[in-house]
Order: sequence, then C-alpha cells, then structure tokens
Amino acid sequence: MSPVLRKLLRHPSVSLSCAVLMVLLVIALGAPWLHTIDPAAMDYMNVNQPPGTHAVVTLADGRDQARTYLLGTDTYGRDIYSRIVFGTRVSLMVGMVCAVMSLCLGSLLGMLAGYFRIADALLMRIMDGLMAIPAILLAITLVAVLGASLPTVIVAIAIPEVPRVTRLVRSLVLTLRDEPFVEAARSLATPTPVILLRHILPNAIAPLIVQGTFIAASAVLTEAVLSFLGLGLPPEVATWGNVMADGRVNFSEQPGHVLYPVLLLVPAVLAINLLGDGLRDVLDPKFNRRKG
Amino acid sequence: MLRFILSRLASTVPVLLVVSITVFLVLRLAPGDPAAVIGGSNATTEDIAAIRQSLGLDKSLLQQFLIFIGNLLHGDLGRSYYFNKPVATLIAERVGPTLSIASGTMLFAVAVAVPMGTLAAWRMGGWVDRLVMGFSVLGFSVPVFVVAYLLIMPLSLKLGWLPVQGYVPTSDGLQAWASHLVLPWIALGTVYVALLARVTRASVSEALTEDYIRTARAKGVSQTAVLFRHALVNAAVPIVTVVGIGVSLLIGGVVVTETVFAIPGLGSMTVEAVLNRDFPVIQGVVLFFAFANVAINLLVDLCYLALDPRIRY
Repeated sequence: MSPVLRKLLRHPSVSLSCAVLMVLLVIALGAPWLHTIDPAAMDYMNVNQPPGTHAVVTLADGRDQARTYLLGTDTYGRDIYSRIVFGTRVSLMVGMVCAVMSLCLGSLLGMLAGYFRIADALLMRIMDGLMAIPAILLAITLVAVLGASLPTVIVAIAIPEVPRVTRLVRSLVLTLRDEPFVEAARSLATPTPVILLRHILPNAIAPLIVQGTFIAASAVLTEAVLSFLGLGLPPEVATWGNVMADGRVNFSEQPGHVLYPVLLLVPAVLAINLLGDGLRDVLDPKFNRRKG
Repeated sequence: MLRFILSRLASTVPVLLVVSITVFLVLRLAPGDPAAVIGGSNATTEDIAAIRQSLGLDKSLLQQFLIFIGNLLHGDLGRSYYFNKPVATLIAERVGPTLSIASGTMLFAVAVAVPMGTLAAWRMGGWVDRLVMGFSVLGFSVPVFVVAYLLIMPLSLKLGWLPVQGYVPTSDGLQAWASHLVLPWIALGTVYVALLARVTRASVSEALTEDYIRTARAKGVSQTAVLFRHALVNAAVPIVTVVGIGVSLLIGGVVVTETVFAIPGLGSMTVEAVLNRDFPVIQGVVLFFAFANVAINLLVDLCYLALDPRIRY
C-alpha cells in the first residue's frame, strides 16, 4: 500500500467519514431491496400518517397488499421511509456530479487564466463578477430560467462553484509555470496543451480533490435547500429536500416529517466535510498551513 | 488615503458590469416570450406585438442591454409582470424585514463567534477548543431551515415563548419586532458563527505566538487583557475579511429563513417571483443583492484602515 493511502486510512476523520459514505452508498444502490415500496406510489386513504401505521392497500391489479409505513406518510400518502431511502440516490449523485463538473470547468478556465496572460484579465473579471452574486441566488435564477430537472439543477448548483475552482487552479498554475520541470518541457517544444495536462494538472490534483469534497458537501446542502423552497427538482421526485418541503405543511402535527431526512442529510454532509478536512491534512499540508 | 478609496471604488465597476451582463443574459435565456406571458391567453398576435414593442423586445440584444444599463443607472429596475408595479418600489417595500434579519444575524454571530473562537485559541487542544471546532464543522453541515425547525419545535410550539412565524415592523414596538426575529437570527446565525469562530480561532492562535504577547505576559499584563487587547485586536483583519466573505452566505440564508418564518422580505419575494415566473423581479432582486454584497465588501476593505494603523495606502 502506498504511504499516502496508509496515512489517509489511519487518519481518524477520513476513516470515519469513509465508513459513513460507504453506508450511504449501500443505501443508495440497494434502495429497492431495503424494505421500500415505490416512492411515488400514493395512498389517498392514508395521508399524513404517523410512523408505524399499518395499512392494506389495493394495488392496480386488484390484489391487496399489507404495508407498514415505517416513518409515516406524506400529504399524498406516499411512504416517507421509501422516499428518504430513494432520495439518497439523488443527493449522492448531485454531490458527485456537481463536484466533478465544477472541477473540470474550473480547472480548464483556471489553466487558461494562469497560463495565458491575455485570457487572465478578462476571465478573472468575469469570475469576480460571478462570485459577487450569492451562490444560492444564482442557482435559483438558473433553475428558474432553465426549468427544474435533474440535469438543470446539477448545472445550476455547479456553475456558482466554478469561480472558486478557477481561482484556485489559476494560483496553482501561476506558481507551477515557472518551475524547472515546466521550463524544461517548454524548452523541449512540448505543445502547450500537453504541458498543461501532463505537467501542471497532476501537480494541482491534491488541492483540487480537497476542494472537490467541499463542493460536494455544499452541493448536497444546496440541492436540499432548493427542493425545500419548492425551486428544485419537481415535488414528485423522491429527494430529501422534497420530503422536508412536503413536511412543512403539517409541521405542527407531524414535525418528524421535516426532520427524518435530516438523519441522513446531516451525516452525509458532515462525512463529506470531514473527509475534506482529513484529505487536506494529509494531501495538502501547505494549503492547511495557509488556512490555519 | 483618498486615492485608495477612489481606486477601490473604481475596482468595483468591472465587477458590477459583469454582474449586470450576467443577470441580463441569463434572464434572456428563459424560454417563452414575456410578451405572451403578459398578454395572457386571450391576446391576439397584434396585442403581443404591441407589448413586445412597449417592452423594447423588438430591438437587438445590444440595444436592449444599453437601455437596461441606462435604466439601471437611473434606478429603474423594470416593472413586475405579476404586481404591475416598478421593481424598485417592490424592493423598497420589502427591504426592511431583510435588513432587520441580516443586521441582527451579523451582530449575533459576531457577538457569539468572536469570544468563542478566542477562547478556543487560548485553550488550543482543550475541551473548549474541541467543542468549538466540533460545533463549527456541524454548523456547516446542517441546513438553515433544519436549525430553524429545531428551534421552533420546543420554543414556539411546545413552550409558546416566541411566535412561530411572521414579522412586525419596528413601528409596532421594539419588543414585538425583536420577538419575531430572535429565532431567525439564531437559525441563520448558526452557520455564520461556525464560519467566524473557526477563523477567529486560527487568527488569534497565530497572534498568540507573536513576541509582543510574550512581552505583554512578561510585563504581567492580565490574561484577559493579553487575549482581548493584544491578541484579538491584532487578529481582527482576517476576522473582518471573513465577515465580508460571509455576506454572500448570509444572503443565501436570508432567502431560506424568510421562507421558513413567513417573513415578507426580499428573500421570500425572490422565491415568489420564481414561482410566478416574474422575471423582472428576479432580475431586480439578484442585482440588488449582488450590489449590496459588493458594497459591504468595499466597506470591509475600508475598515482595514481603521483596524490596522500599519496599513496606509
């Protein structure tokens, strides 16, 4: 095993958060087999039921099915437990895809700005402007304009994160571009794209991974917030935020309906944040010192 | 000094320009014809053409943008489709509650986070420190509305100490005003406290390693004076910087907090505008918040002059 990997696994917050994330991944992948029913199935005879309600439901083909609503039902009589379990899929996907997307786009722009002086001034002014718009507001505006679906929500959450990645990569490129190994590559007439991708990018990978985990954590939170405000994925889609949004209606009688998704949401975000802290300690001691 | 202020002011111009261009372009990406939306389902083709002309939508994108900027400089943010009122008037009507939440949250957060971070730095590695650091990681991982509901449940629903929702202006009495805002302040303040406490701890602990602290201790200056008069004052610049950076976070949180607590401010207006597809209002509010963000960060930069006499421009 490589020494970095060993150091990572020994780090208490990394191993703990990896364990939590593995459990969540199992929940997401194994959702259909975890005693769930169709998260979109409505039962109008049993709306807003408390946890543990038993019901017999006549299915479309005329058979009767005995169900236990472990965490109760929402305002459409949908099983909250199933919706939360299936919601894990959406949250983890949004987190991962947003992180990858903003890292890719930000790295590309950051490399352009760091390596080409002409692009630098213009690109960085644009990034400054984008950063002045509060992230959630920019995401809300983008969803309003693009319409709410999984791809548009992911794009809307990822775009406000791009300027921060761009800045990070630009600053890394600016320090790396004058290193002897880059100068050597340049003097061997290596094409610029190869210099950027083969020589500069690999040296920027550690801080990018750290940044990526923080983006993933904030993306999971932002998705929940957007759904909660009724501005994210359509309400019939099973997501943690949508379950909480539906629970708002009945909060005084069934406060649990807002709070049950938190039992997965907070551990998920906490685990990703702790993973980021741990990775920063191990992979990027310089960055750590800079941030204190 | 004056030159610094002027050059700092000038540096906000490109930022504001990019913000305006972004907001202008993004909202013109919206599918559907705003003229058809305003005209309603009974409008004839001629009606829609007339509305298009009155909105200037028949002009080129560049012409539209120049008119937009020209209006913006005159404080004209357009007209709401839904309320049929100038957006600037709508913003003026609803800015009060938002300012009340934002300023209260900031005061609360600074008042809690700075002593918390300072204590954590003083006893680095001790249980206070661990508690503060644990809280600051947790504060980042819990959405604002969850904190809000966790506060509403015991304090408003069970004990009935504080109102669940709503807003009363200061003209109805300061006590009523504050009692409606205590929970929003704490709920929204949590994430801000998390951020500030972390930076305060880092910044104060760095200041505590300096020679002048050792000198002060050697002179017999009391522990509290060393901590608050020597270390904290020298750690102030990064803390104030983060107060500025956090404004963007605060504005995002205001949108959520106002929705949970049914407070009729700019945040809930944004959510309503999106649900009504009232694009001029979305455009106006986003511009307003972005400009406010830039202005506050400008003030923060000017604060450095007051905080650190070594900084002279």
